[in-house]
Amino acid sequence: MPSYQDILPQVYEILRQFTPEGKSPTEDMELVADLGLASMQVMELLLEIEDQFDVSVPLNILPDVKTVKDLVTQLEHITSQP
Amino acid sequence: MAIFEKFRELAAARQTLMESSMDPFNVVIEQILSATEAIVGGRRTILAGTNNYLGLTFDPRCIDAASQAVQEEGTGTTGSRMANGSFAGHVALERELADFYGMATGIVFSTGYLANLGILSTLPGKNDVILLDADCHASIYDGCKLGDAEVIRFRHNDPADLEKRLQRLGDRTTRTLIIVEGIYSMLGDRAPLAPIAAIKKQYGAFLLVDEAHSLGVLGKHGRGLAEEAGVEEHVDFIVGTFSKSLGATGGFCLSRRHELELLRYASRPYVFTASPSPSVIASTRMALHILRTSPDLQTRLWDNARHLYKELQSLGFTLGPEPSPVVATILPKKEQAVALWNGLLKAGIYVNLILPPAAPNGASLLRCSVSAAHTEEQISKICQAFASLKPSP
Repeated sequence: MPSYQDILPQVYEILRQFTPEGKSPTEDMELVADLGLASMQVMELLLEIEDQFDVSVPLNILPDVKTVKDLVTQLEHITSQP
Repeated sequence: MAIFEKFRELAAARQTLMESSMDPFNVVIEQILSATEAIVGGRRTILAGTNNYLGLTFDPRCIDAASQAVQEEGTGTTGSRMANGSFAGHVALERELADFYGMATGIVFSTGYLANLGILSTLPGKNDVILLDADCHASIYDGCKLGDAEVIRFRHNDPADLEKRLQRLGDRTTRTLIIVEGIYSMLGDRAPLAPIAAIKKQYGAFLLVDEAHSLGVLGKHGRGLAEEAGVEEHVDFIVGTFSKSLGATGGFCLSRRHELELLRYASRPYVFTASPSPSVIASTRMALHILRTSPDLQTRLWDNARHLYKELQSLGFTLGPEPSPVVATILPKKEQAVALWNGLLKAGIYVNLILPPAAPNGASLLRCSVSAAHTEEQISKICQAFASLKPSP
């Protein structure tokens, strides 16, 4: 079961596919407002994350995900489920 | 005003678009002439973006049925069926649709959008799971959002990805509703329904197929993709619309299970909406009868669709993955799509412009929808206009 600190760098790596060159994500950055992801891109991001961690991420988490930190916290919770 | 602040970016994007174009999302049809022609911007224009697949909007039999219903039953129902009662036509149409599909029962909704809202907000509950194809229509997403089920996407038209997600659900698969579409509205591609139905059966899940764009278009009898793929017995719910092949407005859901009837008491988008007007029901019933008895309409539709797809392909346009009555031209740059859309309209051709993020994979699309009512000459004119306006690489 990966920890927050295990998940974070992997999410950074996946996020780089979606963010403009030279823009490095940080934990407090908002996916839409700061990293410029459109709503459809956020859902595409989830598909990539699902493959990486071999989990299914329900769309129901999205209202609680604004920042990179929110996303990683949700993933930590999901990957800890039996 | 503060309440409009959140639309600031949208307003800027709209402003930029309007500097080089008329508003592609608010086109005024000044006069409608037929199922395939209208006056737009003072110009006679071929309609190639109205989903009027069988061209029945001007069929004299449908018009007569609607006119008679207005004379005999009035202009509207003035309320919901729960409050005001059902007209005999509502009930008859539900029976005819269920009979057409060989289903136990069916519910008519006031629009196709409301059909998905009505079913998906209500049927799958708190402990249930929805697995939906990533390219599903906004009405499916919105219905899911209104409900309490856990919602998981799978990669578009990828049965292996669907199965992977089912495996992760363990014993929850029997509480899972899989949702796919017969024909996807953006690129015109079909769901790989035979393998999806096999997976559904293997895991004991439920399957809902939205046949909005495939009713009257696919299958020997026009029932849609499930009929064409030979898997109707594995489909638990069919959702569809009257606003495409049936030439009116409204939607429906059919099921093998009589329990669907219970949604009449629980589905807010059914309970709290005015029911379809008598004229709409009457023309839809007539259109369904025509669809069932005139297979030549489907033949003409497909002749036109293949003609347009083949011509645009030979012109070098990048198209959706397979010929279908939805012929989508994919353009890498938004500006190219906007310019081509404007050029086509000036040449008297109306198609749909789809800009990111509405289209899959961040693309821009010019989406044509072909009709059985298009003449060969009209299809040729559409092709000529595309040829003369093709953007340089």
